[in-house]
Parts: sequence; C-alpha cells; structure tokens
Amino acid sequence: MDISGRKLFCKALAEEGVDTLFAYPGGTVTDLFDELYKQDKVRVVLPRHEQALIHEAEGYARQTGKVGVCLVTSGPGATNTITGLADAHYDSVPLVVFTGQVPLDLIGNDAFQEVDIVGMTRNITKYSVTVRDRKELGKIIKMAFYIAQSGKPGPVLIDIPKDIQVAQGPSEYPASVQIRGYKPIEKDVHVGQLKKAYKMLKQAKRPVILAGGGVKVAKANKELREFAEKMYVPVVTTVMGKGAMPDDHPLYIGNSGLHGRYAANIAVSKCDVLFSIGTRFNDRITGDLNEFAPNAKIVHIDVDTSSISRNVVVDVPVVADAKVALRKLLEWAEPSDNYEWIDRINNWQKDNPLEMRRDRGMTPQMIMEGINKVFADATYVTDVGQHQMWATQFISLDPGQKFITSGGLGTMGFGFPAAIGAKIADPKQDIVCISGDGGMQMNMQEMATAIVEHAPVVVCLLNNQYLGMVRQMQQLFYGKRYEATCLRKRNTCPPNCKGPNEACPPYVPDFLKYADTYGAHGIRVTKEEEIIPALEAAKKNTDAPTVIEFMISSDELVLPMVKSGNAMSEMILK
Amino acid sequence: MNRNMKDRWIALYVENQVGVLAKISGLFSAKSYNLQSLTVGTTEDQTVSRMTICVTSDDITFEQIKKQLNRMVEVIKVIDLTNVMIHMKEILFAKVLHCTTADKEELFQIAQVFGVQVVDIGTESVLLECKLTPRRNDELIALLHSKYKHVEVVRGGAVAIESISTSSR
Repeated sequence: MDISGRKLFCKALAEEGVDTLFAYPGGTVTDLFDELYKQDKVRVVLPRHEQALIHEAEGYARQTGKVGVCLVTSGPGATNTITGLADAHYDSVPLVVFTGQVPLDLIGNDAFQEVDIVGMTRNITKYSVTVRDRKELGKIIKMAFYIAQSGKPGPVLIDIPKDIQVAQGPSEYPASVQIRGYKPIEKDVHVGQLKKAYKMLKQAKRPVILAGGGVKVAKANKELREFAEKMYVPVVTTVMGKGAMPDDHPLYIGNSGLHGRYAANIAVSKCDVLFSIGTRFNDRITGDLNEFAPNAKIVHIDVDTSSISRNVVVDVPVVADAKVALRKLLEWAEPSDNYEWIDRINNWQKDNPLEMRRDRGMTPQMIMEGINKVFADATYVTDVGQHQMWATQFISLDPGQKFITSGGLGTMGFGFPAAIGAKIADPKQDIVCISGDGGMQMNMQEMATAIVEHAPVVVCLLNNQYLGMVRQMQQLFYGKRYEATCLRKRNTCPPNCKGPNEACPPYVPDFLKYADTYGAHGIRVTKEEEIIPALEAAKKNTDAPTVIEFMISSDELVLPMVKSGNAMSEMILK
Repeated sequence: MNRNMKDRWIALYVENQVGVLAKISGLFSAKSYNLQSLTVGTTEDQTVSRMTICVTSDDITFEQIKKQLNRMVEVIKVIDLTNVMIHMKEILFAKVLHCTTADKEELFQIAQVFGVQVVDIGTESVLLECKLTPRRNDELIALLHSKYKHVEVVRGGAVAIESISTSSR
C-alpha cells in the first residue's frame, strides 16, 4: 500500500533509531511537522536559530557517536545551517540535515524562500541531494544515514520539495543500500604497508606518534595507549586529537601546533620518525611546511586517502581506520629503547613548562584547574578563541573523556549550542561549556532552548572584554592597533585607542542579568578564591543552566605561540 | 615548484544525475586545479555518464585530484589515461571567412594534408570539420591563424577510450 512522503519520513527516522530531531519549522516543511505531531518516537527540539540548531545536533552527535539529525525549512532556514555543515565536514561529525524545498515545478523560478541549497553545500557536505521522485525518498534517506556514519563521517543534506512530502509512493524503507560509487574503508588494511610503517617506527631512534581526531572518531583511544606503552613511544596530539591519550600519561607530551606545548613542537621538529594517525596535517599543526619535522620519515595512517600526501610528503602511507590499524600494530608491538629520547623530551618540558604566573590575580590556568577539580568527569565543550586554546592546554582528560571543540572551521558561536546538544543527548552527564564573551554572544539566544529543554549546562564564560585571539595578534604583530576587537568600544570612543583606560565605557551585556532574564543562574567571579565555590554552586544547579562569568585580564596571552606560517620550532614563549 | 607540470588525462564514470557535472567542475574551481578540457556524455548504460577530463598539473596535485574525485559519492570509477594506450579525438569546426579563390584552393590542400573534411562552402568562406587529437587541432588552428585573418573556431573537447591493441593516441 502506498503512503505519503511525510509518513515515510517519520517511518525512516524511527527505523534509523533517531530519538531526537533538532528542528525549526517553516513554509516548506509544515507537512513534515504535522506528521511529527502524530508520533511519539522522536523528540522534537526547537532551537531559536538554525545555526545554533545544527551546532546542537553536532554536540548531540559528538557526545553519543550517533548521527545528529536536523530539519529546517527552505531558503533562510537552509542557508543558516551552512556554517554548521562546514564545521561538521571539517571535524568529521555525522549529521543528516533535511531541508524543505519549494515544489518541484517552482524550482528555478526564484520562488519565495527558494535557494539552491544543494548547489551551495556541495563542497561542504559528504553528499547533498534533492529528492526529485517520491519513489526514491526511502532509498535516499537510507543512503544519507549510511554515508554520514561510514568511512570518514560527515554531514549529508537531503533537500525535500514540498510536493514530494505529500506525494504517495512505496511504504518500504530499505534495510540496506548499495552505492556503486561509495566504498568506504572499514576493516581493510594493507598489511604489508603497515608492517613497513611498523618497522620504520621500531628502528627509529627518536620516534614520535602524532594522534589526530581520527583516533577519537574511530574510538581507538585504548589501542593507541596500549600501542604507545608497548612500544614505549612518546605521543603528541592535534587539537582534535586531544583526549586520545590521557593527559597525565607519562608518554603524553601534549598538543602540538600553533599553541602547542614547547616540548611537543620541539619533539616533532627533532624526531626521526613521525608516526601519524588520523590527522590531515592542517597548517595549524605544521606551520612552515619546509621546516616541519625536517629530519623525519613520516608515516601517515588515515581512513581518507585524499588526506594522505596532500599537505606533507609522506614516506609510508597507510589507508586504514585508526582502530583497525592499531589493533594490527598491537600484534607486532615490542618495546623499543627510547629512554634517552624521552629523557630529552622531559627536559624540554622542564625547560619550558606550560605555566601561567600565579602572583597577579586570577588567570585562565587557575580557572581550568578549578574546572578539572570540580568537574573532573564532565564532557567539556569549548567555543573558539583564546579560552579554547587555554582549555586545550590546561583541561585534563581521563581515558574516554570527551572534549568537544570546533577544530577545523574554528566556528565562533559553536560552544554554547553544542553543549546544549550534548546535554540533551546525555542528561546525566555534566556538560561544561568553556566560552568567551565574544563567542557566547554569537548564539546567546540559545539560553531559551536550554531552559525549555531542561538542559542545565554549566557555562564558564571567560570575559576579557575583547575578541582576545585577534587582540593578541594585534598586540604582538600589529603595533597594538586594536581595531574592532574591543567589545566595550562605542561610537563615542576616541579614535586610535591603544588599550583599556579609566575612561572606557561599561561592558554590555551584563551576563548576570542575561542569565536572570531567561531564568538561568548567574555567578560573577573576580578572584582566584571564588573559583571553586562558584563551580561547586553551579554543580548543584540541576534545575537550570548556570553562567559563571570569570572576569579575566584583557591582556592575558595564549602562549606559547607560533606566528602563522613560521616554523613550529620558532615559538614565542614569553 | 613545477614538478613535472604536464597535461594529464582522466576518464571518469559518474552517476548520470542532476548536479553531478556541477559537482565535478566545482571541485576543480574550489581546489584551484587547472582544468583544460572536460567532455561528458552517457555511456552504454543510461544511468552512467563518462567524462574525459584533461588537467595540467604536477605529480602531487594529480594524485590529489584522483583521490578527491574518488571520494565523491557520485563518482563510480576514476581511470588514469595519462600513461596508457588510448584513442583520442576532438571535434573541431573551423570556418574561414573572406577567402579569395586562391585561399580556397589552399584550404582544400590543407584539408587533404591534415585529413579533415571540407563540409560546407560559400562564395567567400570554407567550413572545415576536423576529428583529430587536441594537439593536432591546435596545430591546424595555428596554421589557419597564420594564413587567414578571419577564422571562426569551435572545439568540442576531447573524448578518449582505451585502445584494444597497442595503438598510439
């Protein structure tokens, strides 16, 4: 018996085990919403903006490992998801995004709320498609869920014209789907090539393992740790790989990259074999390519063939899922004599430890340490900017603990909604959102969603009254010309301001009043001794979100740092 | 930095669907790959299209292009034709205008030497239809430009298929 497209849509969600749908209604999706009204399997979450909506779905997906599912209307609803699609594409987050579309016969007419969303999102999705035939609807949805989760995960967009939603067609939702052009790498690994990589690592005198986000996506943290321990090889991570090794592990050196640890970057610069897994050698990791790991043979294990030998020339490429490769490597692993090399690395750590001063008031490090102490088991979600880098430097992760951050796209406004999505997905889990005063304001309307969906996240907002990451560059490289980074600046301010002074106007908004307006809790912290009590108070607030506003100094820098484009060994330390 | 920059050829099997051509050509612009020519048509299977693509690139970029094409869901198969025996032809029409009688006679001789046909003729103009390799077509166009002021050219882009025997391109 034939059924309508809208009925099949709900059936497909149920079959895929979708429990939460992040959805914002509009003209071209009213039929789908009407059908959702009649069912009780899928919880419909109504965010307050479609950009936040898709970040919430990302938070949901990254907390659970399941596909985040979105439904938005055509035109502006669809275009508002573009930032999130690009974000999910870079950070390999499985999403299926349904967009409404004007009826088929109106496509191309510049109809009301018509945009070519498939055309716009082609290169920021794994796959995007318009359903042009009701008969194809079931197959396309099945394909979308399969593509989003398999191989290197990513976002898939399905554009459904309004008439397809009501058209009658087959009631079947396929159990599986064959796609002739899509053969993701799942369990295969070229054993000969992997053996070659292993031998190279075994013979190395100064080996380093570089672990990227791919290790976490493949859920291979345990295997990575065992492999590093068995071989006795030090490990550095990328920002996306943070958490692949426990932070307190003796073989873990820290993050490498633009704001990585001194010892981690020096180790990469001096190593003779760089054994990399699940990273695409983004420019934030390599710096000047000619100076990147100049003395090293490079092994690169990645599930995405196109990531290999794109940015750096690789000596031994291995196309494989991180977990599959590491399991195989574990069969061979034998201890190596790397004691001297690890001693050298430990000395670099001692020479230039990650440490902020402790004599002049509250620092970001103190805040992160407080979070580590009070919220030791939480999932940490960050926004983008200085606070994000401080979190990567000072937040300590245990095995399996989650650290959700926008790594590839660097999307300001990501943190707060992603935290809400994670909390909706996993209500029992403490979710701590570490944000800045700039990024928070990019999606602060989502406090309404957090309240109505009962998602009591804890927002640790580091307020330095500036767009701090750019301000830092202006301070160091642009003669302190703070153009458009001071968030206190008003049109009455004198031109060519060189920094805060007594005549500065007050900061807006008042974040305590903001919290209060929505019925959330607000705490302002100005001194070190207030950090722990504030976090403990927030932990008790299970009825509504808490915003803790930490008033930090405007001129706090993220150090060490490498100037973009310079060699990783040329670090600004103080 | 031009590590072995040269023309390279790819045959690409793709799903015969709306938007696939845009997706493939979009890849070349998004990644700043240097696309020389792209032709597309359906194959013996109506659900599959085959493209013949020429790019100018170095070795590393070319490897990356093939990988990027391969990871697309709509791409069924990527065949590197750079170092295999193929038959390749490009359709070209060249219309020479304002010809004298001597010009016309000469054009017939050129046609004979190049192995192309004169398919239309008027009092002052001649139309040549050429099915040559792209390089041979380049040579013909260069010759026509050197001899005649008014030449109108339309090229179709190359199509290629792997040889059965060991024949040349």
